Amino acid sequence: MRALTATNDFVVKFANVNGSGSASANTLFAKSILRMGIPIASRNIFPSNIQGLPTWFEVRVSGEGHLGRRGGVDLMVAMNPQTWDRDVAEIEPGGYLLYDSTKPLPKSKFREDVNVIGVPLTEMCNAAYTDARQRQLMKNIMYVGALSALLQIDPAVVETLLGEQYKGKERLAQSNRDAFHMGRDWALRNLECPIGLRLSALDAVGERIFVDGNSAAALGAVYGGATVCAWYPITPSTSLAEAFERYCRRLRMDPETGKKRFAIVQAEDELASIGIVVGAAWNGARAFTATSGPGISLMQEFVGLAYFAEIPAVIFDVQRAGPSTGMPTRTQQADILAAAYASHGDTKHILLFPEDPHECFTMGADAFDLADRFQTPVFVMLDLDIGMNDWLCEPFRWDDARRMDRGKVMTAEELEAGKTFGRYLDVDGDGIPYRTYPGTHPSKGAFFTRGTSRDRFARYTEQGSAYVDNMQRLLRKFETAKAYVPRPVERRAAQPTRDGVIYYGSSSAAMREALGALEADGIHLDALRVRAFPFHDDVMDFIARHDRVFVVEQNRDAQLRTLLTIEGCVDPARLVPILHYDGTPITARFIRAAIADKASALNVVPLRKAMP
Amino acid sequence: MSYLPKPKLHHPTLPKNALGYTRRDYEGAISTLCAGCGHDSISAAIIQACWELSIEPHRVAKLSGIGCSSKTPDYFLGASHGFNSVHGRMPSVLTGANLANRDLIYLGISGDGDSASIGLGQFAHIMRRGVNMTYIVENNGVYGLTKGQFSATSDKGSKAKRGAVNTDEAIDLVGLAMQLGATFVARSFSGDKAQLVPLIKAALLHEGAAFIDCISPCVAFNNHEGSTKSYDFVREHNEAVNRLDVILGRQPITAEYAPGSVTEVTQHDGSVLRLRKLAPDYDPTDRVAAMNYLQERKAAGEIVTGLLYVDPDPTDLHANMGTVAVPLNRLGDAELCPGSAALARINAALR
Repeated sequence: MRALTATNDFVVKFANVNGSGSASANTLFAKSILRMGIPIASRNIFPSNIQGLPTWFEVRVSGEGHLGRRGGVDLMVAMNPQTWDRDVAEIEPGGYLLYDSTKPLPKSKFREDVNVIGVPLTEMCNAAYTDARQRQLMKNIMYVGALSALLQIDPAVVETLLGEQYKGKERLAQSNRDAFHMGRDWALRNLECPIGLRLSALDAVGERIFVDGNSAAALGAVYGGATVCAWYPITPSTSLAEAFERYCRRLRMDPETGKKRFAIVQAEDELASIGIVVGAAWNGARAFTATSGPGISLMQEFVGLAYFAEIPAVIFDVQRAGPSTGMPTRTQQADILAAAYASHGDTKHILLFPEDPHECFTMGADAFDLADRFQTPVFVMLDLDIGMNDWLCEPFRWDDARRMDRGKVMTAEELEAGKTFGRYLDVDGDGIPYRTYPGTHPSKGAFFTRGTSRDRFARYTEQGSAYVDNMQRLLRKFETAKAYVPRPVERRAAQPTRDGVIYYGSSSAAMREALGALEADGIHLDALRVRAFPFHDDVMDFIARHDRVFVVEQNRDAQLRTLLTIEGCVDPARLVPILHYDGTPITARFIRAAIADKASALNVVPLRKAMP
Repeated sequence: MSYLPKPKLHHPTLPKNALGYTRRDYEGAISTLCAGCGHDSISAAIIQACWELSIEPHRVAKLSGIGCSSKTPDYFLGASHGFNSVHGRMPSVLTGANLANRDLIYLGISGDGDSASIGLGQFAHIMRRGVNMTYIVENNGVYGLTKGQFSATSDKGSKAKRGAVNTDEAIDLVGLAMQLGATFVARSFSGDKAQLVPLIKAALLHEGAAFIDCISPCVAFNNHEGSTKSYDFVREHNEAVNRLDVILGRQPITAEYAPGSVTEVTQHDGSVLRLRKLAPDYDPTDRVAAMNYLQERKAAGEIVTGLLYVDPDPTDLHANMGTVAVPLNRLGDAELCPGSAALARINAALR
């Protein structure tokens, strides 16, 4: 039988039962490969459930450093009888199946073209442990031990990691080490080790870090000076607010009094969350909320008020699929239009599209400067794939000379000196007015905040001309923002081409990999990674320079393409949608096939040439 | 409403408070509400209370939702920042504002539609959290701006102007506030300034969640025969449990009271609430007894007013959270940004 062979280039998938304690063993497996200097991309696929339903963990080992999901499975660690059949079916021909061989399974349960590796995990656990929970948990560490022998993971690395994980809990560290070696030794004694899939130490990880986007964004909020966080639990954004609290407790306690330099409210719903953010920001604190699609829907009214009343707000939208439960634990980029034009009336908002946790941190901090500078809501558009999975990315960086940009805030001294204050007066021609914080001056600078019905000095008026004047200024302000938001990043094809591709957010890793493959196929594409809305002039320039541009996104309705079409008055026929929206992260294989397919279909060959 | 602009010049003999301000310095823009609207009396009572307490007007933040009552913050304290926010969502905006700067005085103005219908959830949660504020509901039992629909505080059996009778149970905001943990709860009547002004003063001095349900008749849509929120009905059924004087510092006692007829409650800030008892044995520091009493009198068809409950030593959201004494909006880069060295340590732990 054929057996796949590959060094530092394969996919291992773990099929587990939710709540069985597999997560920490799987993370141990992933991290030990990283510590061997080999890049990996790992992804959780989990249910809307606390305990009992199936959950999967996928590790893509890529010595070349591809961080997108590859698709396909070379080695399946099948620990969940519930999903056995589909797990086995997913293995590539010539691939491997590692399973718990304690109970014999009929031959029909296996595939002819798959290499089967049985390890009697339950039997070993039952022999070694008496406690039921321990039997369950140690089974996971044991299969990591077996895998270390099969794939050639350095056992010293695993021991070091266990030591770090259970620092100060030596007994726990030792029992984990014992279980690891039990699995490893059994495999070495009874199986042919290694198999065709092998690891070989590299130096390809460098100084990169392994972290999830939600934690990174939360840390960005800490560095960005956020002091008020109001949120309502919703998958997949919950861990962002929780990470903010964790980091604040470590980094934001007053050393003298032990008091908090931050306030976190778990609000009663998303309406209250954004209301608290708006109130805090109106009063001069940097404030944010973290949510997902349904939360964005609920926040619409407040987002509109913040836009018209010109109040800063940062909203982290960790996007997911659809309403209700189930698909919402899967990833999508499906809130682009909902966020860009959120609320009633004529509104447009600043959106940022981080590609990985490194940018979640950077943009997480930048969002607060942008919100203050433009006195408006700013959406940081993460998704479940970036937010809840650990990604290998550049380390976080911070310039200690950097200071918060609080934007145009008039001080008591300036008011006292007689500077003219009109809350909605465009003094500098950039559309951005000055604001004052409540309580600034005894007799100057106070104003009454309301939605739209006011003049340049915040006096109540229902006159149409004052409304139009204000709406035009808001447009000027949005125009000014184009130069402040992160610029797009262009990557030129190896040879001149009239075709381009636009992509953003979590599709980036898969896109980069696909570009290399497409080039090998003879399809040359200039590529532009869009990082923000409003679109920088470079984006429209890129589209103008190409005959057709593929737009790669993870939603059904080609939402970024729609936004480009509307905002850039682009002929929709020139923007070809490449859409992936089944809830799994987009893969290079998908992009490559979809673009190749569209490219050939769209290639119109002149009739005369086509004739023999 | 009046179209006459207010003269800017003040009469030189107008009385001044400790800060040297006259009452006129606490006024705002001219009201656009109907002549005789109870809400304007409440605005006047707020002006009087702030003037008497010598509060610096710019240290007050006025927040409201949407509706007739929510328009009123424009009509008092013109030197204060105000925020006419989202219908029913003033409590969350006020909570956020309070978190940002604990040093200002927060005054939330709402109506019965704003707080008891669309905003009942936020009303409940701001009381639970014990936000340090004065929250006044200008309660007229009717939607004014949309012309006369029943609100959720309309009493069962109350008749609308066009004759419809309300069949739904009324929401009792006072009962809810007490049950949900507000530490100062009062009910008053916009037509009784002598009762209302001291209650607002006491609420402003209270360092916790203070709630005043102020019945405020709507002269346009709810002041007719058959309404239970009309001037006549409220005057007939008003049963005050006490009369309040707020005493700051060491003001001499000028009035003589019969023994046992006065209760004094010292608030956390040192102000003394002197309550002249009108209902025998009513103890406004006993929450459970107060709730029982209110239910009893309500069953008897009375509208109980006065200071109904006060916790003289309340906590607030900041105390519960353990936030620093300096307002969060005054913290700068040095206090907020952990810097590159801390980041290097975080990076190291993620490898």
